[in-house]
Amino acid sequence: MMNKIITRDLNLWYGDFHALKKVNAAFQANRITAIIGPSGCGKSTLLRVFNRMNDFVEGVRTEGEVLIDDLNVLDPAADLVSLRKKIGMVFQRPNPFPLSIYENIVFGARIRGTRAKRGEMDEIVETSLRSVLLWNELKDKLRSSALRLSLEQEQRLCIARLIAVKPDVLLMDEPCSTLDPQATERIENLMRELKNNYTIVIVTHNMQQAARVSDDTGFMLLGELIEFNETKDIFSSPKDKRTEDYITGRYG
Amino acid sequence: MNPHRTQKIAFSLLFLATFLVVALVGAIVVIIVQKGLPAMTWQFISDVPREGMRAGGIFPAIIGTLLLVGGAIVFALPIGLLAAIYLSEYARDGLLTRIIKLAIVNLAGVPSVVYGLFGLALFVVFFKFGVSIVSGSLTLGIMILPLIITASREALESVPRSFREVSLSLGASKWQTIQHIVLPNAIPGILTGTILGLGRAAGETAPILFTVAAFYLPQLPRSIFDQVMALPYHLYVISTQVPNVDEKIRYGTALVLLALVLFMNLIAIIIRYKFRMKKKW
Ligand SMILES: Nc1ncnc2c1ncn2[C@@H]1O[C@H](COP(=O)(O)OP(=O)(O)OP(=O)(O)O)[C@@H](O)[C@H]1O
Ligand SMILES: [Mg+2]
Repeated sequence: MMNKIITRDLNLWYGDFHALKKVNAAFQANRITAIIGPSGCGKSTLLRVFNRMNDFVEGVRTEGEVLIDDLNVLDPAADLVSLRKKIGMVFQRPNPFPLSIYENIVFGARIRGTRAKRGEMDEIVETSLRSVLLWNELKDKLRSSALRLSLEQEQRLCIARLIAVKPDVLLMDEPCSTLDPQATERIENLMRELKNNYTIVIVTHNMQQAARVSDDTGFMLLGELIEFNETKDIFSSPKDKRTEDYITGRYG
Repeated sequence: MNPHRTQKIAFSLLFLATFLVVALVGAIVVIIVQKGLPAMTWQFISDVPREGMRAGGIFPAIIGTLLLVGGAIVFALPIGLLAAIYLSEYARDGLLTRIIKLAIVNLAGVPSVVYGLFGLALFVVFFKFGVSIVSGSLTLGIMILPLIITASREALESVPRSFREVSLSLGASKWQTIQHIVLPNAIPGILTGTILGLGRAAGETAPILFTVAAFYLPQLPRSIFDQVMALPYHLYVISTQVPNVDEKIRYGTALVLLALVLFMNLIAIIIRYKFRMKKKW
């Protein structure tokens, strides 16, 4: 097994607020790692460290190391554009651009000034849509607005838009929280399929989801990573009392 | 008094005030249309003024106003938009930024005649552009600059944060995000603000009085350093400075000016409406 993302004594402050406390973890390639924990414990914050999206928050300070492919992401001189190309993010709310389905998917290629020919663009669109199982549904309306899709289709489209950029890592911040159970199940199946090619980290509020879909699980509480282990171990024999309390529903 | 009655009285007062506004606008339009319509002939629109402006048409004044408005937009839109992008997207919230924003708000409150004098001093005299289309356009442009900046900032800031985040998370730089995501979604708002600004510029007399407007010039300009006639000033002239101008001609001129301004506002409304139909976030 290969460690894709390693955090070493990672600390993060929003102003005076200590949001991540000495987080040490290793996220493995081609596996799905779930991060669970009560609201406000720092799950999203941790995820957003990996692609440096916290940089846009004023007054953020980080300490420690985050190694992705042996490169320290927190290095001020890190090349954010190529980092973000490598580390893609799926957000809680499906957020397609108010453009056509086609234009949504080729956005990444366009801004990179890839003077790709029509044919290559078409190919990117087809492969990306195929990999999220949308191709058959949407192939005849590529030019219609992405805002007219169902929530599930929108979220799949957002994943396709990401895949088109060819990342290694997919960060998903509660990607199913706006979807119904059937759609959630289908997205979970998609994730299982995608993990063959990507490293997936998913933040979820839903413990069943973590148990169903993930290989490893990290439990966070008040900015600390309390326990990090294979999912089956976390759920069957948690080592920490707090983890046990949380997964048996005593924290809410 | 019982609350029910108070409510009724309050309601009536509110309604009356609203009604008064509508009635006033209606009255202005009705009177001007009624008195101006008889003057509306092809000759009135397309001919130069004749017999000391007591006959003929107002073609040079129409063209003059269009040129001035066009000049103002060429100058004010790029500057206003760039300033708005800087203020909304790049400027950090510090003392300097706050001073700049305050200055823009105040600029919007400066009386138009002060812009006129400023234009005279800066463009006509200091830069030696003379009394000309350039000077007039620049003066009008400066006058509507705050309007354009404010409208553009609002439009830029109303583009959802989530769009920017996704764009950046896909590896776009900040400038690419502005270029590909923020600007296209802000354009309708920017255009609306700009057109409303132009409507205002088209109707102002004071800023062009010392900088460009010709009293009587029955020909079209040859270069941007020529003077031109302009509708609002022409209206002022034939209403107060020239005796015995037929009422028909005065109201006809007012009608053309009004129609021009309303037309621009209409375009702004249509753009906004179309965009609202499309927008869904
Ligand atoms: N921009 C910010 N400025 C200040 N504090 C913040 C900011 N963003 C998050 N926080 C705080 O940091 C803590 C962790 O936030 P984070 O969003 O990472 O939690 P979370 O575990 O994702 O919660 P949820 O499950 O509700 O999404 C919270 O207490 C939150 O109030
Ligand atoms: Mg969160």
